[in-house]
Amino acid sequence: MAIHRHDNHKSANALMEWVDKRFPATKVWNEHLAEYMAAKNFNFWYFFGSLAILMLVVQIATGIFLTMHYKPDAELAFASVEYIMRDVPFGWLVRYLHAIGASMFFVVIYLHMFRGVIYGSHREPRELVWLIGCVIFVALMAEAFMGYLLPWGNMSYWGAQVILSLFDVIPFVGPALTEWIRGDFVISDATLNRFFAFHVILLPLILVALVFLHLVALHQVGSNNPDGIDIYDNVDDDGKPLDGVAFFPYIVIKDLIGVAAFLIVYLGVVFFWPDGGGVLLEKDNFAPANPLQTPPDIVPLWYFTPYYSILRASTTSLLFALQIITGVIVLWLWLRAKISLIAKVAFTGLAVCVFAGLVFGSGKAWGVILMAAAIVCFFLLPWLDRSPVLSVRYRSLPFKIALAFFLVAFFILGYLGMNAPTPGKTLLAQICTVVYFAFFALMPWFTSIGKTKPEPTRVTYEAH
Amino acid sequence: MADNNVSDVNADGMSVEDQKRRRFLTGITAGFGAVGVGVAVVPFVMTMSPSERAKNAGAPVQYDFSRIQEGQMVKVEWRGKPVVLLKRTSEMMAGLDAIKGSLADPDSVSSAQPSYAQNNQRADFGKPELLVMEGVCTHLGCSPVEKLAIGPDPQMGDDSQGGFFCPCHGSKFDLAGRVYKNVPATTNMAVPPYKFEGSVITIGEDDGRTA
Repeated sequence: MAIHRHDNHKSANALMEWVDKRFPATKVWNEHLAEYMAAKNFNFWYFFGSLAILMLVVQIATGIFLTMHYKPDAELAFASVEYIMRDVPFGWLVRYLHAIGASMFFVVIYLHMFRGVIYGSHREPRELVWLIGCVIFVALMAEAFMGYLLPWGNMSYWGAQVILSLFDVIPFVGPALTEWIRGDFVISDATLNRFFAFHVILLPLILVALVFLHLVALHQVGSNNPDGIDIYDNVDDDGKPLDGVAFFPYIVIKDLIGVAAFLIVYLGVVFFWPDGGGVLLEKDNFAPANPLQTPPDIVPLWYFTPYYSILRASTTSLLFALQIITGVIVLWLWLRAKISLIAKVAFTGLAVCVFAGLVFGSGKAWGVILMAAAIVCFFLLPWLDRSPVLSVRYRSLPFKIALAFFLVAFFILGYLGMNAPTPGKTLLAQICTVVYFAFFALMPWFTSIGKTKPEPTRVTYEAH
Repeated sequence: MADNNVSDVNADGMSVEDQKRRRFLTGITAGFGAVGVGVAVVPFVMTMSPSERAKNAGAPVQYDFSRIQEGQMVKVEWRGKPVVLLKRTSEMMAGLDAIKGSLADPDSVSSAQPSYAQNNQRADFGKPELLVMEGVCTHLGCSPVEKLAIGPDPQMGDDSQGGFFCPCHGSKFDLAGRVYKNVPATTNMAVPPYKFEGSVITIGEDDGRTA
């Protein structure tokens, strides 16, 4: 029984008709490009999805050419990177494109995520788009972390040492697990070799698959827009949204402008400021790995520093502050919260467990838990956000204030993570850590109070 | 729904008995398949464990400690980790008692060391001045920097009795590797097993001695 799925899509010519009978080329083209409708009021923030795909392609392309010269061997790795920089024709360019590309990828991804938060793109019906995106973010962090070991510089080595030691805090199996991941008692040739395998094969495959799923989920529910309203609420006689334009060619052409501007910045850094003043290429990584000599300041690359600050901020005094906060929450629960008695008892039981953990657990273990929790919070956003409107344009004042606090805390944490710890900086990091988590913990409250502005029925748009 | 008259036959004309049989066969096939996949995964997981070559590289190392001057520190490599050998002066030894109140685990109760090194100087009673210790921060495995001078230090504080400072996350240790209070690390730096033969110390082997 033949099912003519391509009935609705007219083939362009005889050749395409032949193909379309055997492969849904025209159908896919139409559904996902030529007839995929996106709002016509897309703005600056909507460049970063396409730019993320561009960066994925750039990283894979440059990565392939780097593997032609790189040697994943503890004896040869550092020298082979220098060989690429000095002797391989244009090797310096490919390597800088890849190394700076990693940073640019994270710039793009962070802005892409921020767009989601301010326009409510994580809210119903796009929760799965957001969740898959969060998994992409985690996979990208793993990819970047493993890639950073490969040049086998001293910062590569000690950065990997610090992050792999995080697994040591897992009860019972931690040390054995760390040894299994390293393949040795220390970070060694075995570790470098397997990180190379993960970095060039496993994680790129996972990333490409996840990006595919991200787009499938997006195209199932349709793109959001800066007004956060459904463009399918206003359709013409053919069922096409009045405020929508076809992704191809309109959005594609628009995104090409973004690509051009982005490339100016990206290539500008690559050609004129490749080390970014020690932020993009760290100074200690210009020396080969030395297991007996820790660099004076171990700092991860900038895109990890907010979480790294949270890890470092977890000392006895932070745990003490968290104990007090837990106590206050329980007090509020019994005095003010309008929830059932069973829920109160359940939450109190949970709070007692957390409190006991804070009293008896070590700062190190809590540092790891808090760092992981800082990432997990992003996954929960679609359900923490209770605002009746999606876009920040119509949101209440409390949300905007909270978001501003979060951004400031996030940037301060990022800055502190790049600097050596001092008592004053540790205290500041601890305050920002509390603000960071308060943003997520209080979100159900501050998104449901205050007066929101009425949403428009049509997207805000002025023809140029 | 389709046929109300025959209650034990479904739309495909299959009896309830046959349906059960099909479900059982599907389940047992999938189950055995899953076991097979699980068993096949084992060798791949095992390949990632330390190889025989890596295990051999973890053999004990020896060092002639008579070459170390008083107040001098050397680092030797054992299992790829820096092991600190520090011959402490009498002032340094006196400082160990002075700062006991600011330590998180002064008696090394929750720290890793052989029983012969679980004491105030964290060293063998036969050679109490010789500190033998893995120079690895117990927070996240960095190598703390030695601050051997007694007196004010920007990182160790104004009343420093000397010690070790971890540049990664600011953990502080005294000259017996004992950790200070309110720093990221919570346990003292580990002491490896060791034994003496004349002036030669063997690190990584103590023949199971307890004193």
